[in-house]
Amino acid sequence: MATQVEVNRREFLKTGGAGGAALVLGFYLPSRKSRMWAAQAAGSEASSGLFKPNAWVRITPDNQITLLVEKPEMGQGPRTAIPMMLADELEADWSSIHVEQAPTIPDIYKGLSTGGSGAVEDTWDSMRKVGAQAREMLVTAAAQQWSAEKKDCRAQDSAVIHVPSGRRLTYGELVETASKIPEIKPDGIPLKDPKDYRFIGKAVPRTDVPSKVDGTAAFGIDVRVPGMLYAVIARCPHFGGKMVSFDATAAKAVPGVREVFAVAPLSRPLNTAGGLAVVADSTWSAIQGRKALKITWDKGPDGDESTASLRKQIEGLATGPATFVPINRGDTQKALDSAGQKVEGSYELGFQAHATMEPMNTTVHVRPDGIEVWTPTQWADRIRGTVAQLSKVPPEKITVHMTLSGGSFGRRAQWDYAGESWQVANEVKQPVQLLWTREDDIQHDFYRPYSHHRLTGGLDADGKITAWSHRVVSTPIRAVFDAPDSLKDPRHVAQQELGGADVLPYGVPNFRLDFAPLHSAVGRAWWRSVESGCNAFATESFVDELAHAARRDPLQFRLDQLAEQRKLGKENLSAVMWQGDPALDAAKLEGVLKLAAEKSGWGKPLPAGHGRGIAAFYSFNSYMAHVAEVSVDKDGTVRVHRVVSAVNCGTAVHPDGVRSQAEGAINYALTTVLSGEITIKDAAVEQSNFNDYAVLRMAQAPEIEVHIVPSTEKPTGMGEPGVPPLAPAVANAIFAATGVRVRRLPLDPKIFKGSAA
Amino acid sequence: MTSITLKINGKDYTSNLDPGTPLLWVLRDTFNLTGTKYGCGAGLCGACTVHLDGEAVRSCQTQVGSVGAKSIITIEGLSSGRNHPVQVAWIAEQVPQCGYCQSGQIMQAAAFLAKNHKPSREEIDQAMSGNICRCGTYQRIRRAIQRAAGEVA
Repeated sequence: MATQVEVNRREFLKTGGAGGAALVLGFYLPSRKSRMWAAQAAGSEASSGLFKPNAWVRITPDNQITLLVEKPEMGQGPRTAIPMMLADELEADWSSIHVEQAPTIPDIYKGLSTGGSGAVEDTWDSMRKVGAQAREMLVTAAAQQWSAEKKDCRAQDSAVIHVPSGRRLTYGELVETASKIPEIKPDGIPLKDPKDYRFIGKAVPRTDVPSKVDGTAAFGIDVRVPGMLYAVIARCPHFGGKMVSFDATAAKAVPGVREVFAVAPLSRPLNTAGGLAVVADSTWSAIQGRKALKITWDKGPDGDESTASLRKQIEGLATGPATFVPINRGDTQKALDSAGQKVEGSYELGFQAHATMEPMNTTVHVRPDGIEVWTPTQWADRIRGTVAQLSKVPPEKITVHMTLSGGSFGRRAQWDYAGESWQVANEVKQPVQLLWTREDDIQHDFYRPYSHHRLTGGLDADGKITAWSHRVVSTPIRAVFDAPDSLKDPRHVAQQELGGADVLPYGVPNFRLDFAPLHSAVGRAWWRSVESGCNAFATESFVDELAHAARRDPLQFRLDQLAEQRKLGKENLSAVMWQGDPALDAAKLEGVLKLAAEKSGWGKPLPAGHGRGIAAFYSFNSYMAHVAEVSVDKDGTVRVHRVVSAVNCGTAVHPDGVRSQAEGAINYALTTVLSGEITIKDAAVEQSNFNDYAVLRMAQAPEIEVHIVPSTEKPTGMGEPGVPPLAPAVANAIFAATGVRVRRLPLDPKIFKGSAA
Repeated sequence: MTSITLKINGKDYTSNLDPGTPLLWVLRDTFNLTGTKYGCGAGLCGACTVHLDGEAVRSCQTQVGSVGAKSIITIEGLSSGRNHPVQVAWIAEQVPQCGYCQSGQIMQAAAFLAKNHKPSREEIDQAMSGNICRCGTYQRIRRAIQRAAGEVA
């Protein structure tokens, strides 16, 4: 994931009203498509050998600095953290910096996306280097204008000062000269010592907050185009099913309804259900029209699938032969057979919906001269490519406007909804906004996979782990998207299921990890922290079980086992599934464990009935530990009172952003523990809205403290790493409080019957 | 269809409407007041919260024919220049992430604080638990409400 920065082309663009020249520097931001789209052939980005910038800094004579980046804003704060890195090296006045969404130009954007918690990590080098480059050019321009020595000139607050004379020129005043001097290459320019940072690591208010408290922030659903219509689609509720017949007479009689027509299902990788579109003058008329439709559906080849049938399949798969064994170090079976104590534990996690607050939507206008698309997305160029493919219109005639996203969490890395929106707009030839209602969103998501984990561990007489065997059974993500041919490779099928389970930092000499796929017709894909979220629940719960079996404190047990790891060197620390990822640094994991424990008062007395649990995990190159404090009511209601977190995410570019991402991840993951589950019957989702897909509400939200380990290393991911250790920390706290081990998420209050709670 | 006049943010808005249409869609699709958000259409998430004569209501559950002469305040009309104490507190506590639910959260909090100047944490949790935030800004919302408490007339 090395960031190769090349800045070897400068572009002069029209300044658009600011008058005069502008200093425009183009540069290249890499994407993380290896994570997002692992199985696809490498994209053409950067591989053509031709440098094409995909982001720009533009400084205009009015002393304004505009950064054009494609990274979408979906709540994670790139429009603040990314310009902070630029502003630091550029010695900019923060109030003069603006961030604009870069246009999606087909010639330039070929695989850019946000995903894998990469927005800050991926731009760290590029942003600072282009900031330094622009600063050097402005300082050089000032020296030239004053006929002064460059060493006597210093940049500060969007101006250059001639130190001996005190003369000062703003960046705006220097733009014209700077735009005419030969480009200074960024590679030789030294970057700041961290002690000199002015923005990085400091409290900077988010740039997007004001527009988000007065209703002016415009999301995809807020797009209004003159003459636009509104649409909804009645989709086949059964995964893999289809429409047999319909009667739209009553629907067409609903006031405001303009048209009703069939929409064909789109095959992989879009995976849309198809159905009947209702187009109307308003969203409400479209919804009313849809209610009046009479449709007969065929349940399709998997029409019998249910949560119960999945669980029955699991019974055989959890102990049957594996299709893929990525890790088989030492002799796990022998070590288990000869262990002083053998411990077994199984864990299961149901399907989860993303349930972004803004449901899926896209507005499309198909015109004779081209196609215009407005969409909340993590992946705009993919949407452009898809619309081009469907419409046979060349990509350069398709404009995609990325709007703000009302939450994404991985859902908007899919582009199914944009494909459907084009289908509808292509029929009516007027601008149309296709909206998914909440029911559509809950029932036609790409869910977090269903998974089951069977672990067996061996302990020696000293209570040290000698063996670890982990069978993962899950509904593989790749099977949703890839052609049957590529699924003949068992490794490929398992590619997005085993991450995190393949790295074991606890000094285990005999380690086996294997996999068996669980067949399902239910769509699934990336859900905040992807496979790490499921695997961490299993592994960090099981470490806790081993600690209790060894009669050790769960924190001390982990620390002792991390010490054991030193005997093994780097074994078990490098990812097998995502081989480009840096190996786990056991010292950093130890650091966050100790910090979270210390800040939480680990080991200190708690009120009666309360319990503390700890868990730590390495994901998206960051280290995170949570200590949860819980109690369980007599009726089995679990109360999470407090979560104390410690994170090592390298340089915390925007510390308050780091804290808010950790808080958000904790709350998001709590839903999966306490209440939310998507269950299946007749190959259809049984839930439909927030009444039955119960997400976390304020009264359930714990106090949260986030502690950041000081670091000057490269920043690492923050959007997702807070999710994986949360469920096991809470489950381990529940065990501490009640003696009941949580085997399945979301937890069932009935497990507490007869317990001490 | 009936000609209906609504008083929104102090201004009269008139249109031919089906009286059974939820106020939410009239605000958004007829009058382009898109600050009020659709989240569930069933009164379950609070994203569509507006004030009706000072009371927080779910506009997705309010038929436009039932509003009559009552004064509707949406997020666009809560203050001029984002200076309502709740908005000021929201900025101070850096509450929003994606921001989508925040119009509803703010309208709910403003109506709540107008009646309860010194709410306890339990009262805040109770008043706000009809408003869902998937980004998980609950802890900051709680702090912002405590900060704004006492300043809302």
